[in-house]
Amino acid sequence: MELFDLTIHELADLLKQKKASSREITESVFKRVKAVDSKVHAYLSLAEEKALAQAKNADENVGAIHESPLRGIPLGIKDNFLIEGTKTTASSKILENYVAPYTATAAQKLLDQGAVVVGKLNLDEFAMGSSNENSAFGGVKNPWDLERVPGGSSGGSAAAVAAGECIAATGTDTGGSIRLPAALTNLVGLKPTYGRVSRYGIVAFASSLDQVGPLTKDVTDAAIMLNALAGHDPKDSTSLNLPVPDYTKALQKDLKGWKIGIPKEYFIDGTDVEVAKALQTAIETVKKLGAECVDVTLPHTDYGVPTYYILATAEASSNLARYDGIRFGYRNREAKDLTSLYKKSRSEGFGAEVKRRIMLGTYVLSAGYYDAYYLRGQKVRTLIRRDFEKAFEKCDVILTPVSPTPAWKTGEKASDPLKMYLSDIFTINVNLAGLPGMSLPCGFTGSRLPIGMQLIAKHFEEEKMLRVAYAYEQANEWHKKRPKLA
Amino acid sequence: MSYEVVIGLEVHAQLLTRTKLFCSCSTEFGGEPNKNTCPVCLGQPGTLPVLNRQAVEFAIRAGLATGCSIETKSVFARKNYFYPDLPKGYQISQYELPVCLKGHLDIEVDGKAKRVGLTRIHMEEDAGKLVHEHPETRAKDASWVDFNRGGTPLLEIVSDPDMRSPQEAVAYLKKLRTILVYAGVTDGNMEEGSLRCDANVSLRPFGQEKFGTKVELKNMNSFKNVEKAILYEIDRQGAILDGTMEGKIVQETRLWDADKSETHSMRGKEEAHDYRYFPDPDLLPLVLDQAWIERVRKELPELPEAKRERFMTQHHLPAYDAEVLVSAKGLADFFETCVAAYPQPKKVANWVINEFLRMIGNDETKIPASPLKPAHLAEAMKLVDDGAISGSVMKTVLQKVFETGAPPKSVVEKEGLAQISDTGALEAAVDEVIAANPKEVEKYKGGNEKILGFFVGQVMKKTGGRANPGVLNDLVKKKLS
Repeated sequence: MELFDLTIHELADLLKQKKASSREITESVFKRVKAVDSKVHAYLSLAEEKALAQAKNADENVGAIHESPLRGIPLGIKDNFLIEGTKTTASSKILENYVAPYTATAAQKLLDQGAVVVGKLNLDEFAMGSSNENSAFGGVKNPWDLERVPGGSSGGSAAAVAAGECIAATGTDTGGSIRLPAALTNLVGLKPTYGRVSRYGIVAFASSLDQVGPLTKDVTDAAIMLNALAGHDPKDSTSLNLPVPDYTKALQKDLKGWKIGIPKEYFIDGTDVEVAKALQTAIETVKKLGAECVDVTLPHTDYGVPTYYILATAEASSNLARYDGIRFGYRNREAKDLTSLYKKSRSEGFGAEVKRRIMLGTYVLSAGYYDAYYLRGQKVRTLIRRDFEKAFEKCDVILTPVSPTPAWKTGEKASDPLKMYLSDIFTINVNLAGLPGMSLPCGFTGSRLPIGMQLIAKHFEEEKMLRVAYAYEQANEWHKKRPKLA
Repeated sequence: MSYEVVIGLEVHAQLLTRTKLFCSCSTEFGGEPNKNTCPVCLGQPGTLPVLNRQAVEFAIRAGLATGCSIETKSVFARKNYFYPDLPKGYQISQYELPVCLKGHLDIEVDGKAKRVGLTRIHMEEDAGKLVHEHPETRAKDASWVDFNRGGTPLLEIVSDPDMRSPQEAVAYLKKLRTILVYAGVTDGNMEEGSLRCDANVSLRPFGQEKFGTKVELKNMNSFKNVEKAILYEIDRQGAILDGTMEGKIVQETRLWDADKSETHSMRGKEEAHDYRYFPDPDLLPLVLDQAWIERVRKELPELPEAKRERFMTQHHLPAYDAEVLVSAKGLADFFETCVAAYPQPKKVANWVINEFLRMIGNDETKIPASPLKPAHLAEAMKLVDDGAISGSVMKTVLQKVFETGAPPKSVVEKEGLAQISDTGALEAAVDEVIAANPKEVEKYKGGNEKILGFFVGQVMKKTGGRANPGVLNDLVKKKLS
């Protein structure tokens, strides 16, 4: 095992015992990046010089919190997090040369813990996509099979952690963008409750759905990352002012007396046979750990995807209006008047999927259509949230698949947006309900492709979700598997 | 044919908060372009709005001062459109659920009282400012944006279509401005744009209930222009309805051109934006607790009507004086500050109403910048009481103070306006006047005592009004006897 293969908590132990230095870990990670990233294409920019300086700082313990398990740990940051003085592109041509004038709260929190930033990670343009093929700077490959996609939109984050190009990474999840790529790359991906982590400094896609979270190699690392990221931010009016527990304290092996809800709407025909089988095995394992599995129902499940593509696109159409070529970002230099400046800059600056969603969102908010689409969408959103509230009267945590299929081939769904949108059917409703959800490894297909399971908890009950995840993880070896990348 | 005009006003008032509506940038006016900006008010990626509590308090105050109901739940919405002075591509405003609903203002035109309904008051952020020449080189090859004003808090106050003449519209606007200034929420300066007014104007035959097609008028930056623009629009629409002018009245936005004294079309209904309003997901609904509303109600500054009553009872002013003084908060404050230093209210009121108002050209917006301060007026009145200057010279002294800002005492000294009570200093002048007017001397000696005033007047003239009248009277009598 190389240093880059280890987890945050393993490396934190080595650092504590002085068996390794942050410099050695950081160098190991950069060596790995240089060896494999030409194949994986997880990074959009690297910050080697700064990273080594941060590592030195951590080793000398200058200005960092001594006890933090993140001190000196090399992390990758999704390129929709602003970090002052560095490029933040959101994988869009329209922000190709944009240098952030300030730092996102979530990124700052990690820096404050003494973390080392390796670089900025590839994503679907403006976090819109499920395969990471929508990057203006080239797609990301899945380290488990380079002909396949890593999932999206935090595909760069997932691929980088899976390939050992960073120890853990940040992602954002609007409809499954952390959990789906985590599932397709054998990682733990956690989307906290809406309002748990500040959105300040995250390039917005859909404000009422976006949430920051970690992609890690195991559940303990997820808890460590969430400890650092969570908390109220006065700069984000939608972040909640609630105390943050120590999530690592929730990690216990026993599930006696716990009730796990199994919603029938998530175990359906059309799901890949091997995925379905892995989930059944996972349910058996959870039972063996002492939990009781109960049937629950989420009757409005099917309305999730259409509701999402109304609400998310509506917000996106407005959030992306600021990319107009006036103050920053790409501008067409030939334009002779204001209207053509807008038209040309935006037509040339945005990619196809982003333009599709801006048009959809503009349409659903238009005079005469607002009631039929946006307002109705909000009502359905309430129904979906109520479904979960009811289900949670019968159980502590809900268990479902993450993706109906394992990683698919690059290009396979690229020309069929609808098919692509359906990859998120199991993750999207969690965002609509504002709930915390996480993905964790639960097996492999015959051709060695990872399979993930999803745990969903009540608002601000991440601890319950983490406890079930940890208990399950400790009973398995899935999370210890690493891809064989030459 | 004569028509009834129907007018509704939409007024934007810039709030007197120290910081902007959704960030902590200063709202200070003027200064270097784009100095008062930050990532939030420049719409940088990833930024989020955080509501200014003071702005909310001002909105509550404005609502209470105009008899509105204060809504315990209101919602900020995004108004989406593209323009270079709008950094986010949307303006954060309130749409379906505004903070104040259903108020009213009482106005009076030609002695007739009338109540005008207020539809709503809502909060919103201002846009930046486009400049079409370079601030230094004056080159006109590009447009520039100054975002200093971008994000400053505004109240939009929408009236019901209750006004039936341009005079009523102006009376409403003046009253609204007075109340907002009294409530301390805006400085109400129309020329600097901290109070802006749009008017919806339509005509209908008398007796008809249905409203005619309305036209929205913009760009009127004074009371006078509001009146003129509405008058122009009444004539224009009337002529079209009568068929004496070609065309059709269409729902459109028209700009008032003050130089040409006419309105011209800015955009029609077809070109009107579809703003695609929807609740801003970055902000939670604004929920006001009743205790806050009650506290604001208790702390509400004294409004014009209450002040007028108090001036009549506390200062024993006649109704007319009180009415004039409270018509503008600055004037009332000027009066009261002066009375505090010189407790003779009626004397002060006379001076403020007759002289001070004339000095500032009946324009109370000039009060803050006036070099003549209440303390100056009090000082000058004391100088008269002490015999240091004569009553007739006070006017000259205060005019000088108004022009220079120098305190009355130093004006008196510098200009040599002190009262002359020394008989020695007056004797020569009296002798001269007597010598130059032998006929009048004859008349006096012939028993016409009334002519004494003539001599006194002549000497006063010679001394620039500085002679002590009592001393002078005695002296003239003595010399003539």
